[in-house]
Amino acid sequence: MSASSIFFYFVSAFILAMGLLAVTSKKIFRSAIWLLFCLVGIAGLFFWMQLQFLAAVQIVVYAGGIVVLIIFSIFLTQKAGTDLPKPATRRIIFSILATLLGFALTYTIIARHPFSARDTGPLNARVNEIGSQMLGTGRDGYALPFEVVSILLLAAMIGCIVIAMKTPAINLPGREKKGEPEKLETNSMTV
Amino acid sequence: MSQIPLSHILFVSTALFFIGMYGFFTRRNMITMLMSVELILNSVNINFVAFNKYLFPQKMEGLFFALFIITIAAAEAAVAIAIIINLYRSHRSVDIEDADEMKY
Amino acid sequence: MNNYEYSIYIPLLPLLSFLIIGLFGKKFPGRLAGILGTLVLLAVTLFSMYVAYEYFFVNGKQGGIYQHLVPYKFNWLAFSPGLSIDMGITLDAISAMMLVVVSLVSLMVHVFSLDYMKGEPRFSVYYSFLSLFTFSMLGLVVASNIFQIYIFWELVGISSYLLIGFYYEKPSAVAAAKKAFIVTRFADLGFLIGILMLAFYAGSLDFETIMKVLRDGSSPQSIAITSASFLGFSALTWALVLVFAGGAGKSAMFPLHIWLPDAMEGPTPVSALIHAATMVVAGVYLVARLFPLFSFNNAALEVVTFIGTLSALLAAFIACTQTDIKRVLAYSTMSQIGYMMFALGVSGYGGEHGLGYTASLFHLFTHAFFKSLLFLCAGAVIHFVHSNDMKDMGRLAKWMPLTHLCFLIACLSIAGVPPFSGFFSKEEILSAAYEHHKFVYVVGVLTAGLTSFYMFRLYFSVFWNKPDKVYDHHAHTGWMMKFALVFLAGFTGVSGFVPFSTFISSDGVPFATANKWMQSLLPVALAITGIATAYFLYFRESSTPEKIAQSFGGIYRTIYRKFYIDELYLFVTRKIIFNGFGRPAAWIDKHVVDGAMNGVAKLTARFSNLIKGFQSGQLQTYVMYFFAGVAGLTLLIIYLWK
Repeated sequence: MSASSIFFYFVSAFILAMGLLAVTSKKIFRSAIWLLFCLVGIAGLFFWMQLQFLAAVQIVVYAGGIVVLIIFSIFLTQKAGTDLPKPATRRIIFSILATLLGFALTYTIIARHPFSARDTGPLNARVNEIGSQMLGTGRDGYALPFEVVSILLLAAMIGCIVIAMKTPAINLPGREKKGEPEKLETNSMTV
Repeated sequence: MSQIPLSHILFVSTALFFIGMYGFFTRRNMITMLMSVELILNSVNINFVAFNKYLFPQKMEGLFFALFIITIAAAEAAVAIAIIINLYRSHRSVDIEDADEMKY
Repeated sequence: MNNYEYSIYIPLLPLLSFLIIGLFGKKFPGRLAGILGTLVLLAVTLFSMYVAYEYFFVNGKQGGIYQHLVPYKFNWLAFSPGLSIDMGITLDAISAMMLVVVSLVSLMVHVFSLDYMKGEPRFSVYYSFLSLFTFSMLGLVVASNIFQIYIFWELVGISSYLLIGFYYEKPSAVAAAKKAFIVTRFADLGFLIGILMLAFYAGSLDFETIMKVLRDGSSPQSIAITSASFLGFSALTWALVLVFAGGAGKSAMFPLHIWLPDAMEGPTPVSALIHAATMVVAGVYLVARLFPLFSFNNAALEVVTFIGTLSALLAAFIACTQTDIKRVLAYSTMSQIGYMMFALGVSGYGGEHGLGYTASLFHLFTHAFFKSLLFLCAGAVIHFVHSNDMKDMGRLAKWMPLTHLCFLIACLSIAGVPPFSGFFSKEEILSAAYEHHKFVYVVGVLTAGLTSFYMFRLYFSVFWNKPDKVYDHHAHTGWMMKFALVFLAGFTGVSGFVPFSTFISSDGVPFATANKWMQSLLPVALAITGIATAYFLYFRESSTPEKIAQSFGGIYRTIYRKFYIDELYLFVTRKIIFNGFGRPAAWIDKHVVDGAMNGVAKLTARFSNLIKGFQSGQLQTYVMYFFAGVAGLTLLIIYLWK
């Protein structure tokens, strides 16, 4: 039992515990925090696997970006203080059954499979290697996916702005007869 | 690291996947459902890098996959939040069971 | 015989006038619709007289026997090579006579109505219905095929319904029209079954073929029909009795007479035409047309006799108590048709034995004229007094002299006083009855006495009785009404002298009738007694009639209430048929038939409710089903797919 094994088991337990808390917590803000801890735990796992760059990206993007975004949305929908409603007992039971069944099925298949390594040696994941392969155009080059992902991010940005935009108040036809036209907010996505 | 067999790491990722799935089935708030989806995506990430490290240490495909998944997950979370906010405006509620009209 | 080409115009011209007046009549100004109808009918009458003249006096007879001619025959609907419905025109003695009677009386009614219905808003509709009726009746009398008679029978029923219910705003008129139609339709059920039986056994629907085949005792069809039996009577008896049932319905014989008094709700000229002279004699005409078959079968003839006698007597009793003018005349019509029926019933076949047949048709001939005259005079009276009830009338001899004279002539005729026409025809009937059936003779004589009593009761109550009665307006009987009355009165006077038996007899062979003066004494004496009784009771106002009625008490009330037959019918219909059959049938329809359909619908709805949860719009449900599908497929493929 070396130190790294202990560390691995500790981090794995931490991840699973935080995950469980995140999906069962009654208060939404706490759920977001449990999620944050879970993601940080996963970053720790990546660190243990000596993928420092990935761990850093995980912390920066996931923990620092997405969870913050989630917390903002919690505030925007004014649900921070209230408790979450408990789902129906039937649903909990079915979900637990489905989860356990799925887990059993998957892990049985995984555990029986002898994963044989093709080659040996440590994984060299230094940042400049990652960088040159990311922007490389030859074989194993990821320049095209890189560009596509950047377009995707651009589209996502524009999409978010349009979807979440408050459209200005318009006068509906047919209401003019009542005299003063009423002001209504609509969410028409007539783009 | 080589003392931990691959199956243990896969155990973690599978468990995390199904925890996320349980959360997706059970939670009523849309934002908590989004959180469960993030858990699932993270479990997939762990899977990718585990396979990369244990079975193909000379290459870095798994790593890049995980990188791109993180990127796309970020974009997707942003769009999902935007939609949740839009729904909140029309329904005054983020409960998933209130969004069942199947039109518009 | 190309002289009979004109006979096709006789039924077709009124049909044409019905269509024209019916479609365009509203736009005609004034009384143009009526004038058109009358002119058409004048043409029809002239054609009929011409055809009758040709038939009776020129070339109808061959070898001394009147022939059965069929100038037109058109094969309409063929069921099988031998059995078909043909439309055709038959000319023989009785149809030629009926053509004259129907067209003449119809012409008089058309002329009378020009003045009587003047100012009526639906004037043209009235005339179109009259034309429809004339077409139907003429088609009926010239029918060559028993199904054709049935078709025109129903057409006549429709015309009667339309005309009785002419004043459709009155609920009583509507109810009367429905009653007439339903009762006659019910009788026509029997008629139809009879037709089908005859057609089945004879293999044809033509009158000629049916008579030839079934009268011949040795033909296989005739043997079949007389040997097949049901409940002890042969099929021929059943068929003839059922056909007679249809005739009894149309002719208002007991017990299907209930519609005739109510039918008086129609306008009076309609009552004159349809319910006195023409439609109600259709039953008699039917039996006369099938007489060779009837005479072959004694059971059917006995039924005819019995019903005819009973109707004659019953109606005479009821007529003695009624106070509505038209009802008295309606019951008197029923009584006289009863005479015609039992005259046919007691008749034999061939030569002298067929006296009943000739007498019946002679009475039909004379009755048409004096009965329509009576009704038209009643119409004039009602027009003047604006009421149907005898109590509102009186002393009209001073106020309506011409009507009075015509009415008197008609009353004398119906009472059987010589030298008017009714005397001759009634005498022939009574002598035919005397020859063959003494009991019927006695009843006939008794009824004759009652007839003259109630007719003169009516006459004295209407035209004399109240010496001081004053009306506040003068009678303005139009000259067309007067013309019709005078014309008919003239016919009533002379038609008795027609030597009827030289034209019409049961087998086509003319014979001479002797006048048995001695035998006539008894009925004439009874008639004079009836007139005298009526004079003493009704000429002056007195309370004697009421006292007599009171002394009869319950019997009088029963007769006044028409023997409670209407109430009996209502009881049977309401309590037995409606409750016994109608309600359960409606229940079954509503709960079983509709229930089954509704049940299927409810089942579908329930099933759809069950499975509509699949499309709930709940995302998490969808995901669960999705996962279940994936898990299932995985299991299937990994573990079970070999």
